[in-house]
Amino acid sequence: MAIFVIGVLFKVWKYAMTPAPLKIPQTPAPVGAGGVPVRVLSEVVIFKSLFKSNRVLWLAGYLFHAGLLLALLKHFRFFFPAVPAGFGYLDTLEFYPGLIMLAGLGLLFLMRLVVDRHMFISVMTDYFLLLLLIAIATTGTFAKHFFRVDITQVKEFMMGLIAFKPVDMPTQVMFIIHFSLVLLLLAYFPFSKLMHAAGLFFSPTRNQVDNPREKRLVTPWAVEKPEAIPVAEEAMEAST
Amino acid sequence: MADNEATVTEEEPKVLTDLEKVGEPAVPRKKPKDVHGDELTGSIKVPKVEENVANHKPYLCKPVTMEKLGFPADLREDWHDAAIAKMADLLKKYKSLQVYMDICVKCGSCTDKCHYFIGTQDGNNMPVARAELFRKVYRRYFTTEGKILGKLAGAERFDLDLLGEWYSYFHQCSQCRRCSVFCPYGIDTAEISMAAREIMDHIGVGQKYTNDIIAKVHDVGNNLGMNPKALKATLESTEEDLEEETGQKIRLPLDEVGAEVLMVTPSADFFASPHVESLLGYAKVFHQAGISWTFSSAASEAGNFGMFIGNYSHMQKLASRVNDAIREIKPRRLVVGECGHAWRVAYSFWNTIIGPFDTLDPKYKRPQHICEFTLDLVKNGGIKLDKSQNDHLVPTMHDSCNVARGARMGDKPGGQFTIPRELIKASCNRYVDMDQDTIMEKTFCCGGGGGLLTDDLLELRVQGAMPRMQAFSKVQETHGANFIALICAICKAQFTKILPKYGVSMEVAGGVHQLIANAIELGAKQ
Ligand code: HEM
Ligand code: SF4
Ligand code: SF4
Ligand code: SF4
Repeated sequence: MAIFVIGVLFKVWKYAMTPAPLKIPQTPAPVGAGGVPVRVLSEVVIFKSLFKSNRVLWLAGYLFHAGLLLALLKHFRFFFPAVPAGFGYLDTLEFYPGLIMLAGLGLLFLMRLVVDRHMFISVMTDYFLLLLLIAIATTGTFAKHFFRVDITQVKEFMMGLIAFKPVDMPTQVMFIIHFSLVLLLLAYFPFSKLMHAAGLFFSPTRNQVDNPREKRLVTPWAVEKPEAIPVAEEAMEAST
Repeated sequence: MADNEATVTEEEPKVLTDLEKVGEPAVPRKKPKDVHGDELTGSIKVPKVEENVANHKPYLCKPVTMEKLGFPADLREDWHDAAIAKMADLLKKYKSLQVYMDICVKCGSCTDKCHYFIGTQDGNNMPVARAELFRKVYRRYFTTEGKILGKLAGAERFDLDLLGEWYSYFHQCSQCRRCSVFCPYGIDTAEISMAAREIMDHIGVGQKYTNDIIAKVHDVGNNLGMNPKALKATLESTEEDLEEETGQKIRLPLDEVGAEVLMVTPSADFFASPHVESLLGYAKVFHQAGISWTFSSAASEAGNFGMFIGNYSHMQKLASRVNDAIREIKPRRLVVGECGHAWRVAYSFWNTIIGPFDTLDPKYKRPQHICEFTLDLVKNGGIKLDKSQNDHLVPTMHDSCNVARGARMGDKPGGQFTIPRELIKASCNRYVDMDQDTIMEKTFCCGGGGGLLTDDLLELRVQGAMPRMQAFSKVQETHGANFIALICAICKAQFTKILPKYGVSMEVAGGVHQLIANAIELGAKQ
């Protein structure tokens, strides 16, 4: 957990601090600052570019992330003393978030196996991550709906963790597996491609305003006057 | 780190040096028609992935040129450590590189988007696979994941073989940014291939074509290596031709201090064909509008190959010639001729690297594209066009990728698409667009950009042009299109060379201002 928080913050800090010396928005881009959030949000909320590119992939990715989001929201009740207003109705979704996630993940996994282009670019960690997520979603769904993990117990456990006052861990096997895998995922998160969730907001081709002629972009290392390149001047003249 | 490979000698009679090994292309390779068949069908098909079927490599840069540019003459002894150190440096300097190294999820969205993959079938030409060549090294030396998991995480030691792959595949990217359009995070493989070339130059592995040209511009001022005297003579003789053709004294001024407009254009415009037709177009527009203007021998090149090798200092030094010219000529306006990457550098980078342009008149864009300039005149009546002069033509527009995805014209997003089209439509009665998936922000590169416009990569250029040729052949079939309107010097050179390989006449390629030159009404204004 601490690895996750510190790791992600460290990376985000690094992304934020690394300068972008040149204007490289991928045009057509917003010409005013107001357009940038719209552009970035359209990528976050509807995966716009992916939609333009490949509908199957978009569907797979979207199902997974939507399921993930719903599942995460459902989990909020474990972390707050009272179920926050409006979150109650999420319970009526039963186990669908888990299923949606699994459908998406399954499709993503399948694509890596059947589309030769996707196969070509996949390495172990890509498969591993999908399998890990599949395992998490499966154990989660099972723990809740088939093994009937005691929810109040889980809640006490989580509240205990948050308050740094350890409470006995619920003993159902499914819960233990689910919980361990999630910890694994969180620990792996900052070191992996999962950083896309944060990095997306720092992508210069998407978060820059298209106004280079109107507003001069100045970054510390990049504005000095043309430095003397160690060009062998005589050699140059000789060749003229 | 000791380098075992460096001591391994080859079994062949001729022992290759390490550098030669890096630069030696693998054979056999697939020929263009092995991939797409003999005939253009009008549709673009995504091929099956194969491995190592397009191991093209351009010629290595000669030691003298490398030294001139401040790079090592030969592959450095400690190239491995030096490459990693340079990589660390770039990761600190470029947010794009740092972020793009980490966040690719290998979703595969970009895999079928690169014209070089479509044209060559080589898996490593899929944008993400190209970038992975870089990431392999990044992971191995800069990430915990890669250090621990190694190959399982797609991390690899940087060895001579991998360097050879770098040299091949980072010179099979025209830095057109098409992949970035379709990436959910906007990952721009062009940025990565620029960084890769920068690293290679720093360890002594340079590409001949691009580096020769950069040296030539530092030397004489333009890509063609034309000195001011030769330039003056060329312009004068073109002036004479113009007078013969039109009966009017249309000027092509050079170095005229105090001119209203300083015109910076790719040097190919001065005499290459069909480029020069556009040059005549610019001259006629200035003449008819009655605006004084001049070229400059100091800044006789708009192109800036410094961008292609990802070298900030060279790019800046090349561009600084424009500042020299401004100081000398003292113009009020700065206009840039038809050139794709040049416009990207001018539009997106000049203000940063050589700006601010305080001495220029803020009433006009600084700098202004020749298409913006001419369209303004068309709209305010400064020039008149007679469309019927182009009635023999059915033009279609090839959006230059560097303009389409790396720059803009006008005030609105997408002006880079509408402004040239408005110009074409103002000068021609007919016009047809190619398939929507191959134009505007989704445009396919001509196949010769990014420093690949060299004969040692001719096969690759033919293959890379394939998607564009398919799209063109479709409108040729359906609408009788017979002119590809261009706004890029490299596109013009590339198409002129490649069209005949696809059985299309090279006359079909020409500039937007070529159409203007045909249509403009010269003489007294009513
Ligand atoms: C800001 C929030 C996020 C956004 C906008 C986002 C967006 C995306 C997009 C556009 C893709 C590519 C789509 C695809 O592969 O079909 C993707 C892939 C992926 N995302 Fe996210 N994501 C976010 C958060 C997360 C989180 C929190 C996780 C964590 C567990 C996650 C896990 C993944 C995985 C594993 C993939 C790769 C799928 C594959 O292997 O093909 N994402 N994400
Ligand atoms: S589209 Fe972007 S995230 Fe997906 S594989 Fe390509 S570069 Fe990676
Ligand atoms: S920038 Fe263009 S050439 Fe390079 S990988 Fe992307 S699509 Fe291909
Ligand atoms: S030559 Fe033209 S199409 Fe090709 S990279 Fe340059 S601008 Fe793009």
